[in-house]
Amino acid sequence: MTYIAKPKLHHPSLTRNRVGFTRRDYEGKISTLCAGCGHDSISAAIVQACWELDIEPHRVAKLSGIGCSSKTPDYFLGQSHGFNTVHGRMPSVLTGAYLANRDLLYLGVSGDGDSASIGIGQFVHAMRRGVDMTYIVENNGVYGLTKGQFSATADQGSKSKKGVENTDSPVDLVSLALQLGASFVARSFSGDKAQLVPLIKAAMKHRGAAFIDVISPCVAFNNHGGSTKSYDYVREHNDAVNRLDIIEGRAAIEVVQPDDGVIDVEQHDGSVIRLRKLEADYDPRDRLEAMNFIAHHAAKGEVVTGLLFVDADARDFHTHLKTAPTPLNQLDTAALCPGVAALEKVNAGLR
Amino acid sequence: MSATNDFVIKFANVNGSGSASANELFAKAILRMGVPVSPRNIFPSNIQGLPTWYEVRVSAAGHLGRRGGVDLMVAMNPQTFEADVREIEAGGYLFFDSTKPLPPGVRSDIEIIGMPLTMLCVKHYDDPRQRQLLKNVLYLGGLSMLLGIEPEVVETLLSEQYKGKPQLAQPNIDAFRLGRAWAKDNLKYPLKFAVQRADNVGDRIFIDGNSAAGLGCVYGGATVCAWYPITPSTSVAEAFEKYCHKFRVDADGKRKFAIVQAEDEIASIGMVVGAGWNGARAFTATSGPGVSLMTEFLGLAYFAEIPATIVNVQRGGPSTGMPTRTQQADVLSCAWASHGDTQHVLLFPEDPHESFGFAADALDLADKLQTPVFLMLDLDIGMNQRLCKPFQWDAERTHQRGKVLDAEALESGVPFGRYRDVDGDGIAYRTYPGTHPVRGAYFTRGTTKDADARYSERGPDYLENVHRLKRKFETAKSLVPQPIVERAHRPTSIGVLYFGSTSPSMHEAAQRLAAEGLALDLMRIRAYPFPDSVRDFVLAHEQVFLVEQNRDAQLRTLLIHAFDLDPARITAVLHYDGTPITARFIAGAIRQRLAAVRQEVAA
Repeated sequence: MTYIAKPKLHHPSLTRNRVGFTRRDYEGKISTLCAGCGHDSISAAIVQACWELDIEPHRVAKLSGIGCSSKTPDYFLGQSHGFNTVHGRMPSVLTGAYLANRDLLYLGVSGDGDSASIGIGQFVHAMRRGVDMTYIVENNGVYGLTKGQFSATADQGSKSKKGVENTDSPVDLVSLALQLGASFVARSFSGDKAQLVPLIKAAMKHRGAAFIDVISPCVAFNNHGGSTKSYDYVREHNDAVNRLDIIEGRAAIEVVQPDDGVIDVEQHDGSVIRLRKLEADYDPRDRLEAMNFIAHHAAKGEVVTGLLFVDADARDFHTHLKTAPTPLNQLDTAALCPGVAALEKVNAGLR
Repeated sequence: MSATNDFVIKFANVNGSGSASANELFAKAILRMGVPVSPRNIFPSNIQGLPTWYEVRVSAAGHLGRRGGVDLMVAMNPQTFEADVREIEAGGYLFFDSTKPLPPGVRSDIEIIGMPLTMLCVKHYDDPRQRQLLKNVLYLGGLSMLLGIEPEVVETLLSEQYKGKPQLAQPNIDAFRLGRAWAKDNLKYPLKFAVQRADNVGDRIFIDGNSAAGLGCVYGGATVCAWYPITPSTSVAEAFEKYCHKFRVDADGKRKFAIVQAEDEIASIGMVVGAGWNGARAFTATSGPGVSLMTEFLGLAYFAEIPATIVNVQRGGPSTGMPTRTQQADVLSCAWASHGDTQHVLLFPEDPHESFGFAADALDLADKLQTPVFLMLDLDIGMNQRLCKPFQWDAERTHQRGKVLDAEALESGVPFGRYRDVDGDGIAYRTYPGTHPVRGAYFTRGTTKDADARYSERGPDYLENVHRLKRKFETAKSLVPQPIVERAHRPTSIGVLYFGSTSPSMHEAAQRLAAEGLALDLMRIRAYPFPDSVRDFVLAHEQVFLVEQNRDAQLRTLLIHAFDLDPARITAVLHYDGTPITARFIAGAIRQRLAAVRQEVAA
């Protein structure tokens, strides 16, 4: 949300991807967030991920709620339609958009206030339904735009900038998403682009509800000692379970042995997520194990990151609804209206 | 007091006892004999146990409004027996289950007909459930004998009802015959009230408004329906689903629709807004409390200019109980729903015929105007079957998608600014997401933007936008269904405005008053924003009445506000106890007011 558009000039040496776009083509307006805000790093990761995935920008619809994080869709994918909806209700708008046209990619961006407080109901039900989307929560534990109130993801015992201690227990959106049946669940850190970009790519390739909780420090209100969402705290306590690569279906996939620390998860489009294990025993294909692992580590104050769960065979909401392959918004009168003769029959049955 | 094809019969039952289908069959049988009927369910917020009533007005003259008063009470519910008996008009009939004796002291000014229904059931049926269900069919048989209803008609209806289930059809037909035979042998007939075959129904159809609205949404091209269960609107979404399964499933089982039972009304309207933004026709069905929850989104949809259709089946206000009764009390909460300077389009169908047509029109209007459109039903027309003109559809009609730029238009270089008023009608061009690789994308938000959808907090940009929205609302006046005027047979200075389900009672009241020498010009308002002809009608009459089914004369407020009218010009006639308004009530209120005016003049 800015008055300033970025200059359109591109340096001729910028690399073009397979669909002919440079990385600049995936950028948006200049950010108006605070210098050093974690959210800007996430926007940059989205730009990088979409460029690397060779997605045509206009095939993405980006939606958000209200708050600092929800302002960011204006700062990436300037050639995509975007919708800044109402506070906490992005999931329902995204669901409706997804029902209208199953051919686009849906990217929902939200914050911890937006998704864990006012909008927790909508978050819950969008996950349950298996809406095919990438849902990113830019999680900083505070309300930024209203100047630093605790949000529902703030850890119990963490301190605000003014020194007030949070006494409520936190909502962990990752655990919640796992319990609700989300078929792709990840956590990352805005300060770790090497981890975040592949996660976003994998989420966008996933068919079904893909959720990424990205710890994204608020430099203005939650980056001090005593905060558990600061750059320093997250760096110290970050416990990554794996690193991943996305191998496109067209690339030759090198065969690996099951016991050499790698797990391959094939996606519905033939691409493969290759996970390099950092935790030897962690298998992200086991939902219950993931919930257990996260709970144990959270109790020790550790922030577990990486791809925490994936179900490559997930069915999305359209599959459940048996929706026709042609997007609903492209069906015309002839396809939708039963016509006069059918109406006469209806009338006859009502006499 | 005696009449052929002109009386009111009321069935007092216990909810969940299976009476509804027998009672409906009774009404339909009379209809099949060519005699107009208008039945009304008066039901509790309950699945089993509480009292429920089914009132059928039989009217050769075709009056379909509630009459008031009961000529024949079928009193099957001991809980309400005393009150039910009190409701019978003097000279009327009480029909009761005489297995148990009548309590002492029942009125002497009515005639009493006893039929030992429970005893007959116990004698003929072993299964307790069958005893209960067939009791209803037994009284149907008895009443058919007493009132002269043709048995063949009832038996045909029973066969239709249990089509494909002969094991159910035969016991029902047998029970009907049993009841009829018993009445023939044991009761005095005909009564003062009788049904006689006539030809007053014509090609009209018999359906409830909610089903009609659901079908209208199918014809109107809705593909996304998101809803949350709430009485009395639930059957709108259910009907949409039923007709979609009938008409919109491909040979391979793929569906050209998506229906979501959302987690609440906020999510319902959110999904509708998302689908509308993305170019699918979408609607939700709800009632007053649901609209209250939707208001934040309605403001966003108004300012972001997103098509949305909301079917509001109005009822009494909060809590359970009154919600199973009818009102027109959401006029203001819908017209001005949300924060900021918002105004919404409302359509007021009078019956199921218009519910069908207006549902399809609402979808067109929402797209053409890029704004929320409310289809304002109420419980009386929504949940009661009503005799009405058959549904009509123009074979040439196509869905009007409004001003949308497609890839071809964008490619040809048509300049695009999402909120530019290119044609002067206040309606801007829009694009659907995903249309063109490098043209036509924009960022959608509420108020804070300029004509090219760029973020702007500047006052002049805000003003330009809201003034354009005002122009758009002016444009809406000519696009919505126009009011219908019926002039009195002679010139008169008295005019009456009314809308929605009040229609049949209004017509009957006007006829009645005309017979007394009081001529009334009538205007039926069918939409908001009001076309200027509504103002002209008010100004052309010295005395203007506005008939509404709410306490605060909400449409009157809207009307005074819309045209800056002198409030003294418009007298409200208000009925809001939860029962449908009657001709008796309207005629009485108008008579009373005019008498008072005459007295004032004389003084």
